[in-house]
Amino acid sequence: MGSNMNRKEKQTKKKFEKKAKYSMTKISGEDGSAVKDIANESYLQTIFRRFRHHHLAVVSLIIVVILGLAALLAPVIAPYDPDEIVGTFSGAPCREFWLGTDQIGRDVFSRLLYAMRISLLVGIMATLISTVVGVILGLIAGYFGGIADMIIMRFTDMVMSFPYILLVLVAAAIFKPGLWNIILILGFVDWPGIARLVRGNVLSLRETNFVKGNLVAGMPLRHILFSEILPNTVAPILVYATSVLALSMLDEAALSFLGLGVQPPTASLGNMLNGAQSLTVLTKQPWLWIPAGTLIVVLVMAINFIGDALRDALDPNSGR
Amino acid sequence: MKSNQPTPLIQVENMKKYYPIKGGIISHTTGYVKAVDGVSFSIMEGETLGLVGESGCGKSTIGRQLVGLEEPTQGQIFYKGKDLSKLKKSEMRGIRTRLQMVFQDPYSSLNPRKHIFEILAQPMLYHKIATKETVEKEILKILDMVGLPRNVLARYPHEFSGGQRQRIGIAKALSLNPEFIVCDEPVSALDVSIQAQILNLLKSLQKDLNLTLLFVGHGLGAVNYVSDRIAVMYLGKIVEMGEAKEIFQNPQHPYTKALLNAVPVPDPEEKKKKHKLLQGEIGDSSNPPSGCRFHTRCPHATHICSQREPMMLETCPGSGHFAACPIVMQSKEVQEVG
Repeated sequence: MGSNMNRKEKQTKKKFEKKAKYSMTKISGEDGSAVKDIANESYLQTIFRRFRHHHLAVVSLIIVVILGLAALLAPVIAPYDPDEIVGTFSGAPCREFWLGTDQIGRDVFSRLLYAMRISLLVGIMATLISTVVGVILGLIAGYFGGIADMIIMRFTDMVMSFPYILLVLVAAAIFKPGLWNIILILGFVDWPGIARLVRGNVLSLRETNFVKGNLVAGMPLRHILFSEILPNTVAPILVYATSVLALSMLDEAALSFLGLGVQPPTASLGNMLNGAQSLTVLTKQPWLWIPAGTLIVVLVMAINFIGDALRDALDPNSGR
Repeated sequence: MKSNQPTPLIQVENMKKYYPIKGGIISHTTGYVKAVDGVSFSIMEGETLGLVGESGCGKSTIGRQLVGLEEPTQGQIFYKGKDLSKLKKSEMRGIRTRLQMVFQDPYSSLNPRKHIFEILAQPMLYHKIATKETVEKEILKILDMVGLPRNVLARYPHEFSGGQRQRIGIAKALSLNPEFIVCDEPVSALDVSIQAQILNLLKSLQKDLNLTLLFVGHGLGAVNYVSDRIAVMYLGKIVEMGEAKEIFQNPQHPYTKALLNAVPVPDPEEKKKKHKLLQGEIGDSSNPPSGCRFHTRCPHATHICSQREPMMLETCPGSGHFAACPIVMQSKEVQEVG
């Protein structure tokens, strides 16, 4: 019995030493995000456990990962160069061209892989931009309050109240349409929601005792904002960001469909649908638009499901 | 008054804190909540001053101002004779760590996303109280002091009970080598059995480290247990102040008497005697009663009470026991005549 106890004690001690080492590295690598994951391991495990309850989301996650990998490995997988004319015009699917060829004889399957790359790139980059802008503005507005808050929130209201497809159209018309312009435009249209969300969270976190305690401890502003407040509002930001990701992919598709987004010959899911503007294509050549359309629907839906599951998994009050 | 040559560590002079009330269609200030309205006191080095009063009387506001979470609307706070509001930022940074606070709610006073090591180490590293090499040793020393096991460092706040969290809160305050700690109702959110442990801990720490404490509380029992002196507050003003024993045995102000009467007595025989309990609610701090603020609820109130604001007067010379009540003043005059 005694030796048993001793062994147990030793084990816990060892465990503690290990954990303490982690914490040391975490503090030494203040900005290293990779190190942060180690320290939050138990937290991440809880999230994963809760996430698994949503079967739909797990399936969605698998689909998104597969599609993402396919997009990433497009140069390896694609049987043809996406911009090269390799077959007949508007050829139906056959063994040689799995999804047929488009109006000028390019392989639809290859183009689809590259299009997904572009669409995901636009979605992710636009989401990143809007998240960064939204988080920074939300933090400033929520923490400092007063005049800064008023100016930022009124500006946010203004951006939100614009009929934004019109804003995007005008912006796309002024700046030359193109990949990076569309990313920037979408990025600067989607931030108000995140800014509001962050502001609301900061308003309540600012009043918590642990923030006050760190003020009393004389910690600098950057520590309060980025080390105390921000980590506690990451969860809702993440959830919101998934919906922004889905939304900006849809917007890219819409803009490219209208010819104001990604410009041919670069393929994007939106401009591959461009051909579907003609009735003959719609009715007689479904291989030109069904795959691209389906991919958009599947991607957007899967991302939204993941977002829903994340919301539940990250909510500490869900108690599952 | 325990040390040989008592010097005031903290001195507060005529401190006022008004919060504006905004209202109207175009938001403007329609009035002020007078949370603290002209309070003066001093705390000697190594002493514990208890601050008691009903909820909403401004006692926590005083605590928050002493540690710099809020600026007084008017009045000065002196730390070792230095006016805190006139200090430069660089000087203030040095003093900041000397004035610490233990919060009321141990559940919200620790960041839920950080483990205990981070919570304790980050301020120490920032203020260069410890280096990366020594910080773990220092923290273990503090954990021993507050009576926490040494293996808590890698755990998160939600893994602890309320009492343990409060110990962590105390450890966090201690980690910066403070001289003065404001304890803002540190036990009111805890179980009764845990309360005693935390009070004992505070008391022994105060003795060992020669800390100066401001103990804010609404339970007279707890406050009396840890305090050398007690100040009783009512509606933003101190109505009575003196040695803890003296306040308990010889309360002067009718409000203090009422507070003492309201303490539940665990004796059925005693219980039968009918205690005079206070009637009514604490007044409106945005529109406090004229004259003596307590006159609306005071059993001894006379017509003078609503007209003249009573001054703090020493009950008998040299006792250090002050009260602000005309009744005391009168009886004193009688004594002097007699």
